[in-house]
Amino acid sequence: MNSRQALALAVVDEDDSAAEQQQQYLTFRLGDESYALGLLSVKEIIEYGGVTQVPMMPGFVRGVINLRGRVVPVIDLANRLRSESAAVTRRTCIVIVEVTNDGEAQDMGIIVDAVSQVVDIPPQSVEPGPSFGAKVRADFIAGMGKLDDGFVIMLDIDRVLAGEDMVAVNDMKAAG
Amino acid sequence: MNLEPALEAFFAEADELLTRMEESLLQLESEPDNNELINDIFRAAHTIKGTAGVFGFDDVVHFTHEVESVLDRVRDGQMIVSNDVIGLLLRNKDHIGVLVHAMADKRELDAAQRAEGDAQMAALLALLGKQPDQPSASAVVSAPAGVSRSEAAIEDSCENGNWHLSIRFGADVLRSGMDPTSFLRYLRTLGDIVHLDTLVDALPSWLEFDPESCYLGFEIDFRSEASKAEIEGVFEFVRDESVLHIIPPYSQVSEYISVLRALPEDDMKLGEMLVLSGALTRSELERGLSLQSGAAAAATGGTDTEAPATSQQIGEILIEGGAVSAGVVDAALAKQKQVKDTKAQEARSLRIDADKLDQLIELVGELVVASAGVQNVAQMLAQGQLTEASEVLTRLVEEVRDRALSLRMVQIGATFQRFQRVVRDVSRELGKDIELQVSGGETDLDKTVVERIGDPLMHLIRNSMDHGIETTDVRLAAGKPARAKVMLNAYHEAGGVVIDVADDGGGLNRDKILRKAIERGLVAEDVQLSEREIDRLIFAPGFSTADQISNLSGRGVGMDVVRRDIEALRGTVDIETEPGKGTRIRIRLPLTLAIIDGFRVGIDKASFVLPVDMIVECVELAGSIRDAARTRGYLDMRGEVLPLLWLREAFDMDSSAPERRENVVVVQFGQTKAGIVVDQLMGEHQTVIRPLGKLFSALRGVSGSTILGSGEIALILDVAGLMKMAGSAGATAAGITEMQGQTSRHAAAPA
Repeated sequence: MNSRQALALAVVDEDDSAAEQQQQYLTFRLGDESYALGLLSVKEIIEYGGVTQVPMMPGFVRGVINLRGRVVPVIDLANRLRSESAAVTRRTCIVIVEVTNDGEAQDMGIIVDAVSQVVDIPPQSVEPGPSFGAKVRADFIAGMGKLDDGFVIMLDIDRVLAGEDMVAVNDMKAAG
Repeated sequence: MNLEPALEAFFAEADELLTRMEESLLQLESEPDNNELINDIFRAAHTIKGTAGVFGFDDVVHFTHEVESVLDRVRDGQMIVSNDVIGLLLRNKDHIGVLVHAMADKRELDAAQRAEGDAQMAALLALLGKQPDQPSASAVVSAPAGVSRSEAAIEDSCENGNWHLSIRFGADVLRSGMDPTSFLRYLRTLGDIVHLDTLVDALPSWLEFDPESCYLGFEIDFRSEASKAEIEGVFEFVRDESVLHIIPPYSQVSEYISVLRALPEDDMKLGEMLVLSGALTRSELERGLSLQSGAAAAATGGTDTEAPATSQQIGEILIEGGAVSAGVVDAALAKQKQVKDTKAQEARSLRIDADKLDQLIELVGELVVASAGVQNVAQMLAQGQLTEASEVLTRLVEEVRDRALSLRMVQIGATFQRFQRVVRDVSRELGKDIELQVSGGETDLDKTVVERIGDPLMHLIRNSMDHGIETTDVRLAAGKPARAKVMLNAYHEAGGVVIDVADDGGGLNRDKILRKAIERGLVAEDVQLSEREIDRLIFAPGFSTADQISNLSGRGVGMDVVRRDIEALRGTVDIETEPGKGTRIRIRLPLTLAIIDGFRVGIDKASFVLPVDMIVECVELAGSIRDAARTRGYLDMRGEVLPLLWLREAFDMDSSAPERRENVVVVQFGQTKAGIVVDQLMGEHQTVIRPLGKLFSALRGVSGSTILGSGEIALILDVAGLMKMAGSAGATAAGITEMQGQTSRHAAAPA
């Protein structure tokens, strides 16, 4: 019982800093667009490389990498968001994020053209995403963050990486 | 006070005991004269009753008590072990299980369960009540009493017909999760507590008082028909740490006195207590005490020291007391032996948390990868000493791996034994006479595999009994013995394990299978199928030949699920049948799920791993043979047609084939052979299988991944899946039509 209380206390403690962290976002570039990702879901950023292709997967699944002994799938974010594939450059990175799928936490890598910076976006600077017109599917957008030099698209990463259509597309591909 | 750990131990123990009870009961059916078995069953029931009593599970105690009474009757040879009795006892065993589980889940029985319990209770009482004045149940009990009564004529004995119990609980009783009052509660199930005195003399001063220690003692007068061993059994759990004296009814006064002396409290006080409680009359007490002191005085006169003389005196009296109930001594000896035996067993085996084992194996897996990495580097550097050192390391790591994996290995025998009961019950239900023959129970298999193979085996056995084995009339008409056989056998073969489920029934009815399959739209009407293909139809989803859906099978979900369960274990299932003679279903399973010997092949820069035990041979594909194979899609392998699968195309890889030559890896899967065409062969490697995760769950042809020594990831090919992709039979392999479209140019149907 004691440990449970301790846990509850710890959660309360964390809440203060978590609220602060929730306003922090990692921004990165993909093509000519800037995107932002909640800092809480980002685990690490690694150099692009060592990706093993997995055959017969939809185009946005680039393959798997060995992350210190664990096999982590890598998603081509440009392909997933806008159905275009980005060329690998010197600045291409893999951002390891933790997503929740059916209550199960899973690590996944996403390929981005370049990581920019960590920014604070207070809730009052978040505008709702455009319901149409954007190149990115509307349900992937959590909102538009207003920064000094323009808007960034804030991604709903759980949707992007763990939506039902991820497996569904996969099934369709396999089923032909 | 926290009873949880003790409770959990009880539930686990009860499960084990019930399993043992069932095994013994089933064995008893064939060897009704085996006393050891009856004793075994009795012991199991008794232990459950005893422990349940300690925890105050009155329902369990009450029910088990009646079961025990019947068993007691059987043990004394008063009741014949008929099949009905065994049937009832088996059901009793189930009900005890139900009761115990209800306790574990802290819920009430539902109405059906309660009705079943009442019915069984009635049956038990009927069994017992048939001879209402039987002497047997109380024969054991009255024996010591009888003896002491006959002695009473000669010796000085008291008039008390009650047992007298003196118990001083050990200080640690509370700490080990026992509640003294629960023992009393359980004691009351054996008889009536006539009088009870609580002794608090052991209580220290408040300064030294430890609230977690137990300082209690009881003096109990107890009226019961139970035997001394049974009463002693009540206190089994605290027997070692506590002081317990049990005085049978009509004992000599001297026995009371010797107990008084042996106890730490003041003699007179206890004596008074006994008088008060009515265990002794005052004159009996006084006579006893004077007798004792007189004897002590005499002894003192003889020798100079009082103490040893007194203890000798007490010892003599104790021996006299012991002589009264020779049976008790025997029971005690048997008990000691039993304790010793279990101790010896404990020393031989060790219970380990399965998670810890998994962590160890995971680590060993990484160690294997790391050592492969070292070997790689050593080879690159081509430095003699380093190579040698890495060889030694690799060899040791391999040994560690084998040992670690063997820790997870368990014998399949226990799983097999479970089915004895199933076969027995189901054969009754079906009105067929069927026996189960089990062999190869000592075959070792990965624990996970053993756990997960139970259900498929159950399906197969039920299916054999329901569909495979004919009715007794049909069997006799066909000149077969009336008693049908279902055989379970397990053995090691080529790096894997084979489990056979065979019956001597009528075999598969191919016409009927084909007709039903066409009816259900599983195959087109005009398709010509080989016998093997027809046999395999029973594994198709939604297939059933049963005209009627019975309680057991025939819903058409069974065999399909069996096949999928087995394939999920990376196993295969095959069927052999001979009309009129029987059917054999052969399951092949890998020894372990975690690590395999892999053979690495390459296409361009990517590498893939094939399980070595599926590879038959490798051949080169070059020159004109290559061109011919390319156009025909198969290879002439020493007069055999070997269908080929070009991995590059199957996997839709965009690199182009090498100029000069390719290689064919010939794989065998069950009865079928095929060739997988790759660019390079890269040799054998230890392969730790890592699942690919949810995202890739629908992926065919790849069963997992592994990390190579270089840190790269290689995909492990699923040969069965690949073959299905290449095969023409799409009936069971749903969802790969696109793949077939791509590969059919090169892949011919397997012969």
